[in-house]
Amino acid sequence: MGFEGIGASVRRKEDVRFLSGKGNYTDDINRPGQLYAVIKRSDRPHATINNIDVAAASSAPGVVRVFVGADMAAESIGGLPCGWQIHSKDGSPMAEPPHPVLAVGKVRHVGDPVAVVIAESKQAAKNAAELIDVDYTDLPAVANLTDAVAGGAVEVHDGVAGNLCYDWVIGDKAVVDGVFANAAHVVKLDLVNNRLIPNAMEPRVALGDFDTSSGDFTLYTTSQNPHVIRLLMGAFVLHIPENKLRVVAPDVGGGFGSKIYHYAEEAIVTWAAGKVRRPVKWTADRSESFMSDAHGRDHVSTAEMALDAEGHFLGLRITTLANMGAYLSTFAPAVPTYLYATLLAGVYKTPVIYCNVKAVFTNTVPVDAYRGAGRPEATFLLERLVDVIAHDTGIDRVELRRKNFIPADAFPYQTPVALQYDSGDYQTTLRVALANADWNGFEARRTAAKDRGKLRGIGISTYLEACGIAPSAVVGSLGARAGLYEVAEIRVHPTGSVTVFTGTHSHGQGHETTLAQLVVSQLGVPFDQVEVVHGDTAKIPFGMGTYGSRSLAVGGSAMVKAMDKVIAKGKKIAAHLMEAAVEDIEFKDNVFSVAGTDKSKTLTDISLAAYVPHNYPIEELEPGLDETAFYDPKNFTFPGGCHIAEIEIDPDTGVVEMVNFTAVDDVGRVVNPMIVEGQVQGGVAQGIGQALLESAIYDPSGQLLSGSFMDYTMPRANDIPNMSVATENTMCTHNPLGSKGCGEVGAIGSPPAVINAVVDALKDYGVRHLDMPATGAKLWSIIQAATPRMAAE
Amino acid sequence: MPQVTLTVNGKQHTVEVEGRTLLVELLREKLGLTGTHVGCDTSQCGACVVHVDGISVKSCTQLALQADGTDVITIEGLAEADGTLHPMQEMFREHHALQCGFCTPGMVMTAIDLVQSHPGGLSEKEIREGLEGNLCRCTGYHNIVKAIAAAHPLMHAKAAE
Amino acid sequence: MYDFTYQKPGSLADAVKVLSGDPEAKALAGGQTFIPVLKQRLNKPTTVVDLSKLGLSGITVSGDKITIGAMTRHADIAANADIKAKIPGLAHQASLIGDEAVRHRGTMGGSLANNDPAACYPSALLALGGTIKTDRRSIAADDFFQGMFTTALEQGEIITAIELPIPEKSAYEKFRNPASRYAIVGVFVAKFPSGVRLAITGAGQGGVFRHTEIENALSANFAPDAINGIVTPPDDLNSDIHASAEYRAHLVGVVSKRAVAKAT
Repeated sequence: MGFEGIGASVRRKEDVRFLSGKGNYTDDINRPGQLYAVIKRSDRPHATINNIDVAAASSAPGVVRVFVGADMAAESIGGLPCGWQIHSKDGSPMAEPPHPVLAVGKVRHVGDPVAVVIAESKQAAKNAAELIDVDYTDLPAVANLTDAVAGGAVEVHDGVAGNLCYDWVIGDKAVVDGVFANAAHVVKLDLVNNRLIPNAMEPRVALGDFDTSSGDFTLYTTSQNPHVIRLLMGAFVLHIPENKLRVVAPDVGGGFGSKIYHYAEEAIVTWAAGKVRRPVKWTADRSESFMSDAHGRDHVSTAEMALDAEGHFLGLRITTLANMGAYLSTFAPAVPTYLYATLLAGVYKTPVIYCNVKAVFTNTVPVDAYRGAGRPEATFLLERLVDVIAHDTGIDRVELRRKNFIPADAFPYQTPVALQYDSGDYQTTLRVALANADWNGFEARRTAAKDRGKLRGIGISTYLEACGIAPSAVVGSLGARAGLYEVAEIRVHPTGSVTVFTGTHSHGQGHETTLAQLVVSQLGVPFDQVEVVHGDTAKIPFGMGTYGSRSLAVGGSAMVKAMDKVIAKGKKIAAHLMEAAVEDIEFKDNVFSVAGTDKSKTLTDISLAAYVPHNYPIEELEPGLDETAFYDPKNFTFPGGCHIAEIEIDPDTGVVEMVNFTAVDDVGRVVNPMIVEGQVQGGVAQGIGQALLESAIYDPSGQLLSGSFMDYTMPRANDIPNMSVATENTMCTHNPLGSKGCGEVGAIGSPPAVINAVVDALKDYGVRHLDMPATGAKLWSIIQAATPRMAAE
Repeated sequence: MPQVTLTVNGKQHTVEVEGRTLLVELLREKLGLTGTHVGCDTSQCGACVVHVDGISVKSCTQLALQADGTDVITIEGLAEADGTLHPMQEMFREHHALQCGFCTPGMVMTAIDLVQSHPGGLSEKEIREGLEGNLCRCTGYHNIVKAIAAAHPLMHAKAAE
Repeated sequence: MYDFTYQKPGSLADAVKVLSGDPEAKALAGGQTFIPVLKQRLNKPTTVVDLSKLGLSGITVSGDKITIGAMTRHADIAANADIKAKIPGLAHQASLIGDEAVRHRGTMGGSLANNDPAACYPSALLALGGTIKTDRRSIAADDFFQGMFTTALEQGEIITAIELPIPEKSAYEKFRNPASRYAIVGVFVAKFPSGVRLAITGAGQGGVFRHTEIENALSANFAPDAINGIVTPPDDLNSDIHASAEYRAHLVGVVSKRAVAKAT
């Protein structure tokens, strides 16, 4: 057994369980007497519900109960709450229309839940759901942003004029306009950030249980944040006090943001379990996931950069339409504002920035954070714009970036869009990435490809993101209705082994390993004597869960603080046992020693004394060695780096092949390099998916055309190249670990690198920009359109 | 109700099923073998792959009754009785070829069949194409490909013993 | 899935009897398309008749043809030495259907009877000019396909084997739908002493079709360049979110050339 602390690629604790089929995912859990819920969903994009006839369904074989929206309304069940309030530029709060758990009066997207059948088996419930007769009057629907804001568009919510949720700005428009008026060059770009469907491989599941003896409710759910669900569902929807409600998120099969939110099905099964006094389980079919899991991205933007004659960025001006879908999902309003516009400085010292974001309702599935959340949208916009500037001005794209970088000695660096970056070194990540990708050898590879009849291109993206969310007071002032601290309890057992109770949640990230490594390093406890517990509100303190690359930077910092307390208390106990002054006690590698002597006690000696306090400073010190700490971050963290994509296009078909991908990221302190690399690789694959393959496509009437894996292109193994992944780290200066976070960088940095490579490959075809995904069909059309012109030249 | 008799991980079972019961439902719901997962309803994700009579199949796309008389191996049946992992499981662990673990059982079962059916060796391209029917959203496949390549010589060396 | 009665008859006669006697009874071959259809509740059979115990599997070569039992799995066709040697296009085609696990279950007869307009095998049968053998008759390939999901099969009629003439040369090229991996355009080309037959799947609104203009050009000169200048009109081709009819029309030419290049 080698070194297993911070910095070691320790093999994961959780793997034997998962590799042996012994994972405990929500659908693996069954409760005695369990019933099954099937949701009757709207097949209409927008319609008035005239009547719901459940008579036939209610009397169908195996059916226990059928519930509709009116049944919940009759018990004053609340709507699904939104966790973030944005104010428009005129100071008015965003439009926040009701989001009933089961539709009342109208349906607003295909997939909107209309009724639920509770039956003895899933098949019986499905049979009965088909017997529910919903009498609709169809209404006109709007499915895309441009239609929704066009004059005369139908209102998705009565009284929400122009379907406008909010009209928000950051920056001083007059100042920015003034800069543009005097600029040597202005480069403008219209672009779309394509709508995505997260598609974690585990479909969502919710199992509600009601204990008839205690009156306690338990919800087992595929969630990234059980305490958040308990708070939202208990306090706002079902009105169950938190002491009577337990939420368990066991092993969860991937989240990527889509399992942050409080979903209707969680409330339905919990409430229904109380009504029928039996456990009720709902398991999504994948095709149901497509129309009920929050989607991601979906922006339409115009970006303009003002430049001086040498290509220095003088000012950035952006307008964005952001799709909210039919209702506000839990954190939806924050995504295109504080997770997007605040990132628009990127790695550049652009002095002034103005961004206007209009959030818009449409008759589509709600949109919320998906891996990166706002930051991929900002990065795609910025890194495409930089390449277009290079294209339009003739300045080399690498040189253009270098000349506008925030220099490494400028930190802390205050951007014009609220954020203060603490550390970074963009020249270094760029330099190393260029070397790793053999940037200088590219033209030879392009020529070789041309000889094979292929168009080869290379693209670069130098990006930054803000994560490690988040300082509670800051986000509170920006509209968050929650704190975003994290919590950890370090329970040192009498024999010196340790259990960590963390408020973060692991759904692939490997916390059981990484967090244990922190204990190895700080307390010197062997790796196999550390257990990490997460995901159960009955076990862990009130924590906020995992998203926004926060688990290590925020949750890990809470652990450090809790372990500091353990050590501080341990020193007092050690001082007592060794009859020394507390100030003379040193702690290192599991041992308390008296400075300048050979006297020492192990952590086990101390913990045993703490739990068997016979010889113990009982007057001053409580027994036990079990410390909890809450950590509220002082700032966001700012990972960044450089991604380089190399692709080849088959001009006969337009099909893109990923040839190489190089990532050099700055993620701060790395605890487990193996896991960090895995996170980056996975994020990059999702970014390649967005860039080349994935797109949620609605027809103009609001029907989802890409509604299953038959039509929504998931990246497969042969779509993804071998990747070169490395880090060049600078430390976060404001948290005790120095860690910045690595969960989202791959998905944030990669899409513009890929598209920049595609545009580069097509440079002889006069292509300045193209929107994602760069499918074969799309590129073939571009090549076709350009070919006659090229032939003429 | 009709009955199906089959051997699962070396143990024979006779179970009552409906005509429509899928093999994966038999495994998960009747036999409690929840290691085999369901990730889609269009037979594409491969989370449900098991071996039936030694070859990889999607257990969500086979009726339980079609498996009558067969010998089924699931992810739970790979490790040795003392807990020693199958070389493919071990290489997945060694190369960090899993994150959330949901696709992993199907991925491992597919990978084992892939290695067994290519005794002469597997190129990276062959591995990637061999994973055509298995989706992973976490890993970007990079480390899965490495794990399978690493397991190939181990499995064939073991088979030669 | 709606429930149904499952039967696994031991003789062809018994299977035909069940399927003929009940219009709502359905045959189950490999099930790789049919079971997903059942799961989506798009079909509600009273009885599902499993054809796996009728002895319909196997590959035999006799003289100038290869006969493939209807229940022969894709994986077995892809791996069969005789097919690889004599109709390499078919072996390659079988290796491109679905994925490895699907190929372990899916059957040639099942695929042909379903006649999905984006399935691969219809193009092989049509290009090779094969013959469908059923429990009651023989049906020439040119008569078998009658529009998407429609064939000449009668109620209760079961494909027992597929008889394929051995061509001089054959190849299959597939341009895949990036999501479903079915064919957006699949081209099977077969060169016989009497001429070239070339069939296209995935592209046509009416399902698989022969491209006579390309066939004539290739019969005169079996080379990729012989296809140059042949324009396929998009009018009768499919258009969907993955490929417009115009793109498919273009791909017909590109994929055909690649198929010919592979065959030569």
